[in-house]
Amino acid sequence: MLDLLIAGLATGAIYAIVAVGFTLLWQTSQTINFAQGEFVMLPAFLMLAAMHVGAPFWLAIVIGMLLSLLLLGLGFKMLLVDPMLRHGVLPLAIATMALAIGIKEAVKQFFSAEASPFPSIVPAGDISILGRQVALQSVGVLALAIAAVVGLTMLLNRTSIGHQMQATAQNPTVARIIGIPVERMILMTFLINAFLVALASLLITPIYLAKFSSGEVLGQAAFIAAIVGGFNQVRGAIAGGLLIGVVDNLAAAYVSTQYRAAVPMVLLILIILLRPQGLLGRAEERTV
Amino acid sequence: MSMFNRYWRIALGVVVIAALIIAPMYLNRYGLFILSQWAVMTIAAMGLNLTLGYAGQVSLAQGAFVGIGAYSAAIMTANGMPLIAGLGVAIVLCFAIGWILGYPALRVQHHYLAFVTLAFSTLAFLVFRNESWLTNGIYGISNIPRPTILGYPTNRPLPFYYVCLGSLALVSFATWWLIRSPWGRAFVALRENPVRALSLGIDTRRYTLMAFAIGSALGGVAGTLYAPLTQYIDPVPFNLSLSLDLLMMVIVGGSGFFFGPFLGAMIAVLLPEWLRFTQGYYLMLYAVAVILLLIYSPSGILGILDRYLTERRTKAASALRAVAKSGLEPAP
Repeated sequence: MLDLLIAGLATGAIYAIVAVGFTLLWQTSQTINFAQGEFVMLPAFLMLAAMHVGAPFWLAIVIGMLLSLLLLGLGFKMLLVDPMLRHGVLPLAIATMALAIGIKEAVKQFFSAEASPFPSIVPAGDISILGRQVALQSVGVLALAIAAVVGLTMLLNRTSIGHQMQATAQNPTVARIIGIPVERMILMTFLINAFLVALASLLITPIYLAKFSSGEVLGQAAFIAAIVGGFNQVRGAIAGGLLIGVVDNLAAAYVSTQYRAAVPMVLLILIILLRPQGLLGRAEERTV
Repeated sequence: MSMFNRYWRIALGVVVIAALIIAPMYLNRYGLFILSQWAVMTIAAMGLNLTLGYAGQVSLAQGAFVGIGAYSAAIMTANGMPLIAGLGVAIVLCFAIGWILGYPALRVQHHYLAFVTLAFSTLAFLVFRNESWLTNGIYGISNIPRPTILGYPTNRPLPFYYVCLGSLALVSFATWWLIRSPWGRAFVALRENPVRALSLGIDTRRYTLMAFAIGSALGGVAGTLYAPLTQYIDPVPFNLSLSLDLLMMVIVGGSGFFFGPFLGAMIAVLLPEWLRFTQGYYLMLYAVAVILLLIYSPSGILGILDRYLTERRTKAASALRAVAKSGLEPAP
């Protein structure tokens, strides 16, 4: 039970990171990123490619991170979101769906259609917690993910830049009037999202292997986490991610492996029907 | 001017219909399969266009309804019943499920609604995969027979293509009639301004559910044709990506335009085939083409045409106004 819980929290923490990026994009620029799962899949392949040319693992991580900041942060914003933003939410969402197909096919074509193993940054082995054996990898992933989430929360709540970003998210017009560089803040959220997906990629790929199609499951988990927690709250996305991770793992063990994927979906439908603003969300976000 | 336009339109329609009837006689087996697939997907996309384009409700579950229709047809015909019985079951089932799925639409809208339907899509896929007693699970159902219509068997690709084309014609006619009826106008009122529609006495609750249910039923109709077309179905084609593809077809063609789904399905089904000479790159190019199109015209292909026609009409109108004005001015 304890090991299940920790493994669930570990995958949940990764979902939470991805979901946080997802809600940040929604808040600052009304982007529903249907390619978020593919965004998590891609950096692992960038790192693998860097290692393939002979870079050591640490350098490959740095290269992968920088490339994803460039492609998934700056490139995504300037080439896709900026020209489409004024057209409204739906065409942009459809464009990200097409982008998801494009990324998937590009990886399949240029790298491989097979699953590739990916080195773990946490050493293998078990440690004992409260007298139970727990995989070191789960604990390490959980610790790193928590560190990332705490760091991000600090950035958003304790620094001047964080406050400016929150102001941009809440009311761009007023933010611009009081002199906040709104454009730069929006770019910043895209870069933060790119960093978060690259980190998630680094953490989750050793567990599920690097495969071109692995983004579908991840993207869905992140959507569900974001909705369950509350679309307009960073801490909502974190809570939602952890909840989905734990529920998913427990469902696999206690409900049925066949219908494991159904449990988060049922949870999602219930939350939307009973509390559409999400567990921790504010009701004002609801559009009528 | 407008008469001229109307004759042009009728001529274009006749040419396209004639081409759809005559050209396939010279196509090979694979070409006929692709063209039949286009007709089937157009029917499903038309249903979604009704829900999304006319009534303004985002649905990510159309692929699941195609799946429900396909499984109804496959299970019924595999047990010796005629396809028309499968069609009846598919329509009733999809209409009922679509009606129930429409209930969340009364409470939540936009992306929330998209996610409820997304969840439904995944649940439907799990049922197709796991309930082996009914759907034969991952092994799928094979040897689905093609129907005999008026004593004429449609086993060969060409007759079955005509079945698909005929169904498309029937569905198009019914949809065309529907969107011109008071119901269709109520759907548009719902999309444009739900509050005003309500204040004008339109029962928005009923029409929202109706838009969902009719759109889903058309998905079921497409499914009933899909099963005998491929003659083998398993859960994989009906996963979430089919729903996303159908949504892309509607938006790319032009949502809210009657002919949008025809063009959108053409792009989604035929363009990848035309790009096949590029081998592994064809889906990538397809994705890039869709993104570029949406950046250029977010209202789809017909949106470009619409914009062009409106511009010309405004120019003509302002020219007329100028002439009228100069005529009214007293001579110096």
